[in-house]
Amino acid sequence: MYVAVKGGEQAIDNAHAWMAERRRGDTDVAELTTDQIREQLALAVNRVMAEGSLYDPDLAALAIKQSRGDLIEAIFLIRAYRTTLPRFGASEPLDTAAMACDRRISATFKDAPGGQILGPTFDYTHRLLDFKLAAEGGAPRAETADSDPVPVPHISSILGTEGVLQPEPRTDTTPRDLTREPLSFPADRAVRLQSLTRGDEGFLLGLGYSTQRGHARNHAFVGELRIGMVPVEMEIPELGFAIEIGEIEATECETVNQFKGSKTEPPQFTRGYGLVFGQSERKSIAMALVDRALRWEELGEENVGAAAQDAEFVLSHSDNIQATGFVEHIKLPHYVDFQAELELIRRLRREAEAAQAPAPDAPAERTKEQEPAE
Amino acid sequence: MSPTADGTRFGGGFTDPSRDAARAFRTIMTVLARPGEIGTLDQVHAPAPLSQAQAALILTLCDTNTGVHLAGAADDSAVRDWVRFHTGAPLVAAEDAEFAVGTWDALQPLDRFAIGTSEYPDRSATLFAEVPVLAPEGATLKGPGIRNTARLSLPETGALQDNATLFPLGFDVYFTCGTALAGLPRSTQITAEDAQCT
Amino acid sequence: MSGYNFAYLDEDTKRMIRRAILKALAVPGYQVPFASREMPMPYGWGTGGVQVSAAVLVPEDTMKVIDQGADDTTNAVSIRAFFQKTADVAVTEATGKATLIQTRHRIPEEPLTKDQILVYQVPIPEPLRFLEPRETETRKMHALAEYGLMHVKLYEDIARHGEIATSYAYPVEAAGRYVMDPSPIPKFDNPKLHSAAIQLFGAGREQRIYALPPYTPVVSLDFEDHPFEARKAEGACGLCGAEDSYLDEVILDDRGGRMFVCSDTDYCRTRREAEEAA
Repeated sequence: MYVAVKGGEQAIDNAHAWMAERRRGDTDVAELTTDQIREQLALAVNRVMAEGSLYDPDLAALAIKQSRGDLIEAIFLIRAYRTTLPRFGASEPLDTAAMACDRRISATFKDAPGGQILGPTFDYTHRLLDFKLAAEGGAPRAETADSDPVPVPHISSILGTEGVLQPEPRTDTTPRDLTREPLSFPADRAVRLQSLTRGDEGFLLGLGYSTQRGHARNHAFVGELRIGMVPVEMEIPELGFAIEIGEIEATECETVNQFKGSKTEPPQFTRGYGLVFGQSERKSIAMALVDRALRWEELGEENVGAAAQDAEFVLSHSDNIQATGFVEHIKLPHYVDFQAELELIRRLRREAEAAQAPAPDAPAERTKEQEPAE
Repeated sequence: MSPTADGTRFGGGFTDPSRDAARAFRTIMTVLARPGEIGTLDQVHAPAPLSQAQAALILTLCDTNTGVHLAGAADDSAVRDWVRFHTGAPLVAAEDAEFAVGTWDALQPLDRFAIGTSEYPDRSATLFAEVPVLAPEGATLKGPGIRNTARLSLPETGALQDNATLFPLGFDVYFTCGTALAGLPRSTQITAEDAQCT
Repeated sequence: MSGYNFAYLDEDTKRMIRRAILKALAVPGYQVPFASREMPMPYGWGTGGVQVSAAVLVPEDTMKVIDQGADDTTNAVSIRAFFQKTADVAVTEATGKATLIQTRHRIPEEPLTKDQILVYQVPIPEPLRFLEPRETETRKMHALAEYGLMHVKLYEDIARHGEIATSYAYPVEAAGRYVMDPSPIPKFDNPKLHSAAIQLFGAGREQRIYALPPYTPVVSLDFEDHPFEARKAEGACGLCGAEDSYLDEVILDDRGGRMFVCSDTDYCRTRREAEEAA
């Protein structure tokens, strides 16, 4: 006998309790602290901050713990929290030239003012599982040296003085805020960059990769990749000038791309740009590739129909919180619509069968499905 | 017109902002959804010459993101201070206004107000127009929100009929009279009652 | 839920949504863009409806939440609990007692009255989206009222299947102007779109709000030789015997046994209670 799915509330509570138990796992194993996550899973924390659009390593660590390591779920927790926060104002633009670089590399020059700084990178590790790490770990220390006080100018500024790199005009217009205004098209570059920096790393990685494989190839060199702490300044209306309110870790990537020129302008390199919270190297490079591909129109290039050139496609699908919600929502009950479809397909089949088989004795397998009497 | 409730320049706002604004909005929404219906907004006071209904419309709908135009006598320093203090709304020219506040006469000429674009008909102005009388009589209204027909005392019909012909473009109007409020969206078709027009 | 504002959203956000709702009521069927917020529930699970409800609710409301016509489906339970917690509103399962009903995929069977508001959760608000994926293009089509593509699609259905093969989210024309997606309600519900209640449609992920004021003329798109027909499974509800309500099919065993019951659980229960009382 039919019993409606009653007790939804109880079922939900039970599911939550079970999930909490699973989250804790085996209680003979020490519980993970959020400090441990913040310190030892820092790259996961960085990704959650970047795509959650909220720079707070402690909250990101908590979100990772709460989500059992599901980073998209953690990003979602951060986003939902972020929208409830009051806004006190906007910071001044970050001065990334003043970054205290932990890492700074250029693929376009063997050496440059400020030097090549490898920093804490996986790049030249041999990807061999380190079984010692499972057993002991320990407290490894790296040698330190006094920091070199020489400035570390952007590679782009060096190229810029020579005139071989297209200048990006400075503007003081307040960019639109994607989180406070609906996305509309055409989207200017500030909106596109905003969308990309909080976009899904995997999605951007795939799109960036596609440009390298010929889907709007733009011949990118990593002009510079830098990671480090940057001061955040904010103008306080009561004071009338900007003061430093803190610092954040960021990764910046500028690509130097295929040049263009015309009768009036001599050939110049162009650029793509990526800026992401935390140490997020892969994301920032992918972002720069996609940014450059999206600039086809303003740079007078041909639209070859590549996905990475299509701003509406990229921006409408890069947000993993929107994507995960909608992809997963199809597991919600849809039985009302399914019933409507079922009703329609049964009727269409009956009509098709009646039209094509007027014989009184229809073959048995065609009447297998049982239908309500009409 | 009403003085501010506590006698100060910045008084007269909602006492329980979240819940009061919710109730005020419900009235505002209902009268726009049902042209011809008259609602009451008597929770807040603004400096003269704003009416209580106009004051409630401003507090419920305006903020730092909406340009407000104060027309005629409403463009008064006490009103300006009150609007800025309570809403932070930038005060703008009629052409740039999302909301325009004044008497019906002071809001003329109406062709200054935004009517939206064919792709974005929502980018249009809404008028908070104070009128001397507001009653369910006079011009006949038809259209969305109205079962058969409704009637509403309109200060004039010609300009409002012209506005309706622009549909889906056009501005929307809230008529206010003290604490009374009626909505006239651009979708409403108007038939004049003779000797009604000004 | 201390620490959060009445009905969860901050006042700035509610004002922004409220302004969008008013524009939507002024231009029936036109999709007003709004800066949808990230809600503490996933996109695609009713964030648009929840934001619209939060902007419209007053403390005196009595709220009903249904999904698939039922009050006790898990997502309906979850959304109802959210508003009980954040807005402290009274809730009900009785359609007639509710002042605000949030729904996913159904319109209640009992006719709504002028004192009620129906809020729909909408996944894809753009009726032309499946014919033209680009927003920039569909926006132009609406601006020009150029709906030929939709008619071609419906007509191709007739050519292929002998009838319009759209059984839910069946497109309508609102107030003689905009072609509108009524949300994924079965087309059985389309005639109920002509209603005394205020109907508000919220699409969170797609950042759109649209509306139908009471008694707005709503026409399901059709052709003279193939008029629109509201459809449901034939037969009567196996529990209350209703012949006029939309039916869900319930599989009883693996030998093809099935029964049909009302999708509107309140309608079904009310009928059964009335019968028992008689």
